[in-house]
Amino acid sequence: MSENTRKMTGARAIIECLYEENVEVIFGYPGGVLLHIYDEIYKSDLKHILVRHEQAAAHAAEGYARATGKVGVCLATSGPGATNLVTGIANAYMDSIPMVALTGQVPRSMIGNDAFQEANITGITMPITKHNYLVQDAKDLPRIIKEAFHIASTGRPGPVLIDLPKDITTEEIEFSYPDEVDLKGYKPTYKGNLQQVKRAASAIEKAHQPLIYAGGGILGSNASEELLQFAEHIQTPVTTTLTGIGGFPTQHPLYVGMPGMHGTKYANYAIQECDLLIAVGARFDDRVTGKLASFAPNAKILHIDIDPAEISKNITVDIPIVGDAKNILASLYKYVKPVEKENRKEWLDRIEGWKKSYPLHYVGEQDGLKPQYIIEQIYEACKDAIIVTEVGQHQMWAAQYYKFSQPRSFITSGGLGTMGYGYPASIGAKVGKPDRVVFNIAGDGSFQMNSQEIATAVQNDIPVIVAIMNNGYLGMVRQWQELFFEKRYSHTCIRDSVDFVKLAEAYGAVGIRVEKTSEVKPALEKAMNSGKPVIIDFVVECEENVSPMVPAGAPINEILDLERKE
Amino acid sequence: MRHTLAVLVENKFGVLSRVAGLFARRGYNIDSLAVGVTEDPNISRMTLVVRGDDHVVEQVGKQLNKLIDVIRVTDLGADESVERELALIKVKSDKDTRAEIIQIVDIFRARIIDVASKSIIIEVTGDEEKIAAIEKLLKPFGIKELVRTGRIALTRGSKSS
Repeated sequence: MSENTRKMTGARAIIECLYEENVEVIFGYPGGVLLHIYDEIYKSDLKHILVRHEQAAAHAAEGYARATGKVGVCLATSGPGATNLVTGIANAYMDSIPMVALTGQVPRSMIGNDAFQEANITGITMPITKHNYLVQDAKDLPRIIKEAFHIASTGRPGPVLIDLPKDITTEEIEFSYPDEVDLKGYKPTYKGNLQQVKRAASAIEKAHQPLIYAGGGILGSNASEELLQFAEHIQTPVTTTLTGIGGFPTQHPLYVGMPGMHGTKYANYAIQECDLLIAVGARFDDRVTGKLASFAPNAKILHIDIDPAEISKNITVDIPIVGDAKNILASLYKYVKPVEKENRKEWLDRIEGWKKSYPLHYVGEQDGLKPQYIIEQIYEACKDAIIVTEVGQHQMWAAQYYKFSQPRSFITSGGLGTMGYGYPASIGAKVGKPDRVVFNIAGDGSFQMNSQEIATAVQNDIPVIVAIMNNGYLGMVRQWQELFFEKRYSHTCIRDSVDFVKLAEAYGAVGIRVEKTSEVKPALEKAMNSGKPVIIDFVVECEENVSPMVPAGAPINEILDLERKE
Repeated sequence: MRHTLAVLVENKFGVLSRVAGLFARRGYNIDSLAVGVTEDPNISRMTLVVRGDDHVVEQVGKQLNKLIDVIRVTDLGADESVERELALIKVKSDKDTRAEIIQIVDIFRARIIDVASKSIIIEVTGDEEKIAAIEKLLKPFGIKELVRTGRIALTRGSKSS
């Protein structure tokens, strides 16, 4: 405990705690039970971004967390405010993103009475938070907030919710912020067990065709530097999952792209042919593994993860190492002898052969604007942008065609697959990294799920560029209907539902429509030079498919080519 | 395969619901659950009987350990632990059957804790088989109500779980 204690209200104490945690911004929306907290925000110099829907506050906090590596903070009122956060919290939970969600609650005496705007948000969010709290005594505020930030940001990160009854915010307490947390049931393992590290080292030295399969854990533990050094040290190719993209430089010769359903053929072939799969901070998600029984059939599985429950959850692991990826990659580097390029030649040549034979490709732009081309052009226009996406076809094209050279540059909803995630997340990312160019690559379906946030961007002067791949369809579902339901496009056509240029202008943002290939570059330049929130409506070919594709439940080397032929 | 798990938890608001919610969410089955405070009033002990193969039970243990309020999870092997359950059984009885019921109670080292003109309440402690056996023998007299605590268990010897 620090020596100085000061008397203050609970509301003031919450602000003091946020200062103690070096919070620089919160994303929120006020309401009845938050009046005292908002009054303290008014009096403080804490930055607050007012969103237009609480769901956006949660996504923005997450986008901020992913871009900066810090804990994102969102704030919503009781009842509907709190329940509107749920999707964002679930999204952060699935992708292990550190977040603290603060919710207002009715006064303690009214809890359980079905009071106005009461919802049992701790009960509702129990399965989608790493932990949550209902504050029952104002004196507990400093301890609980300290614990919440600690839990959110350590071990396998995740969201923590704190529910704040209104009368807690008016009660006076002696404020002092604890220096340490004491949680008997929470002691994450960081350092890998030495025996296991040695076993892993020996397996790596024996392997002839090893492959590193790296996930979001690389970014969570800030281990991209260690991953790069280790991969080069043992001359081993690297595939990164959707959430791991950016954790390894895309243009590195050892990089084989993303694995799984819409991964590169060469990543999937490498998985199926490797004799040692080194999984780091990845969780063998079904979109990666396809049919589990035929996943990596020739490989021993080495799994490095900070969460012991991930070990052998989906696939039996031969050598588990529980701990922090950064730490363990560094110690493996020490224990594994370096491999010369010549000694890995046969394996690397095979991979190179696959890369040459089966590159990502699409058929040119004869008959319309190609979304893949647009993404390549976004890369040409800005090579170190933060790319945020919504969910669907455009998300896969962004993952396939933008090239990343640094971590925390690709922000996407992986596990939960939340449409409407991208725009608020890109606002959060831009707030956290104002000097980077931030693109939200969107679909016309996803963007309409949170397009009200144009108002947030305009009001707070957050110049995110939205690039809508407007094909008039809920494209990914349409693709499945085309392939597996004989083109019965049930409720996936949303053509002409809105004029996005006028929508942008109605909010005071810049709207640009692009219909021809020749207009792409000038539009991107105009957007980047505007310094304003921009919505670019790219009217793209409407039935373009994401290719390649492994049908759900099939082995990942049974891959369909879906590019449109002339 | 049934496993008995000893779960030490923080004695806090909502912890039972966290544990129960985890089982529901991940699709694990609980055969029985007993909860009570330990020698330390800040810590409660849950004894869970879980059905599943070793892989499932290992996952149950790991997922439980992820809950912040869970301090320790131990899988109590049947050989290394003692297990007990307590049941209260209300049996129909009158002057014709009372003597016979008392005889069964004696054989099982159970106790009679309430006697009324038309019924008796019996308290019996033991492992599941023993309780099942006495239940079977009492059934013909007419069991009006039965309540069991669920299994509780401790490891043998000085080792703690």
